[in-house]
Amino acid sequence: MTEDIRALSAQYAADPSSLVFLRLAEALRRRRQLDAALKIALQGLSRYPHLPEAHDLYARILTDKHDYANAFDEWDTVLRLSPDHLGAHKGIGFLYYRAGEPDHALYHLRLAAELDPGDAGLRAAVERVAGGEEIWEAPMPEAPPEREEEARAVTVAAGDPFAGLEGAEERLLLVDPDGFRLGGGLLSSDGIDVSEAAAAVVAGTAREATRAARMLELGEWGHLTVEAAGVGLCLLKPTPDTSLLCTMDAGLPAGQLSFFAERAAKAARGWLERVR
Amino acid sequence: MTTPYGPLLDSLTRLRGIRGVLVVSMEDGLVVAESLMAGMKGPPIAALSATLATWVAELTGSSGHGLPRFLHLQGSDGALLVAPAASDLLLVAVAGRDVPLGLLRLEMLRMAERLT
Repeated sequence: MTEDIRALSAQYAADPSSLVFLRLAEALRRRRQLDAALKIALQGLSRYPHLPEAHDLYARILTDKHDYANAFDEWDTVLRLSPDHLGAHKGIGFLYYRAGEPDHALYHLRLAAELDPGDAGLRAAVERVAGGEEIWEAPMPEAPPEREEEARAVTVAAGDPFAGLEGAEERLLLVDPDGFRLGGGLLSSDGIDVSEAAAAVVAGTAREATRAARMLELGEWGHLTVEAAGVGLCLLKPTPDTSLLCTMDAGLPAGQLSFFAERAAKAARGWLERVR
Repeated sequence: MTTPYGPLLDSLTRLRGIRGVLVVSMEDGLVVAESLMAGMKGPPIAALSATLATWVAELTGSSGHGLPRFLHLQGSDGALLVAPAASDLLLVAVAGRDVPLGLLRLEMLRMAERLT
């Protein structure tokens, strides 16, 4: 649960040199108040430049702001300070995956899974990247040769698929078939970032829609629209191997949601062509 | 068809382009009642609809929007429409290409409210 920002702000104001900046910046990040989170994180980093948690927090905020190159550098710094840092291995694993470097991604994600064996989501991520559960029977590999500059270059060049579109970080979520977020973001009804959790469900829903359309002889499915409390959702496939979720306030006309979704799908296709 | 849902299903199947209508148990994907065109099989439609509705419910739930009120899967040759109802039931319609979807949606939402 997101901590009370007001209470944390009061604690931070009372003692700016305390470590409460970590909790305050994280709470702001989860509320998508990224500029405020960045400011607090940087203030904390200036006081604690050798604290791995501060660099990890800063990297997560940078990732949310789609500044993947600097996020990579921050997590690299974390691993130099603390080689077994769970968050840094997860973060760098995600960036490598996003950069199309599955070997490097798998190495870091598997290390993270060994550090936190109870994280079912992380285990599932390892299996998705590796292509099956057999990965756990294979010995832990040596670290792949470092290609940081290449990874950084790819992540920088990739940018965000929905840059410039309204709701790019709150209402548009592009995922791959394995349920990894490729771009965009999704906020819950109370403003919490639920992108990572929703990504896997989006991919699963798209798979099920494909199966239903095929078995019920509906032909190629074009979109799945959903009405729910206060929101309209549209799920579609910009390319055969990606899924895109768009959301819009329920009060708006259905045609507007379709128009918005098609625009986003076009942007996603263009971005995927550039990345691939 | 001798279930109490018969008249309700029949009123939907009278709409142009409807291939079949079912009442489905969402939890186990079983057919509760059906009114289908010849050649259509109820159990696979029920199972696929229930699974899809379950995924969609997880999606809307994970984003804090509660349960879905209506689902519309549009294919190039037809559509699957699902209206969740009380008592863990789903009202499901399989439609062809030339269907008055707006009218069908309204009718399904109205009838889903009566399903218990």
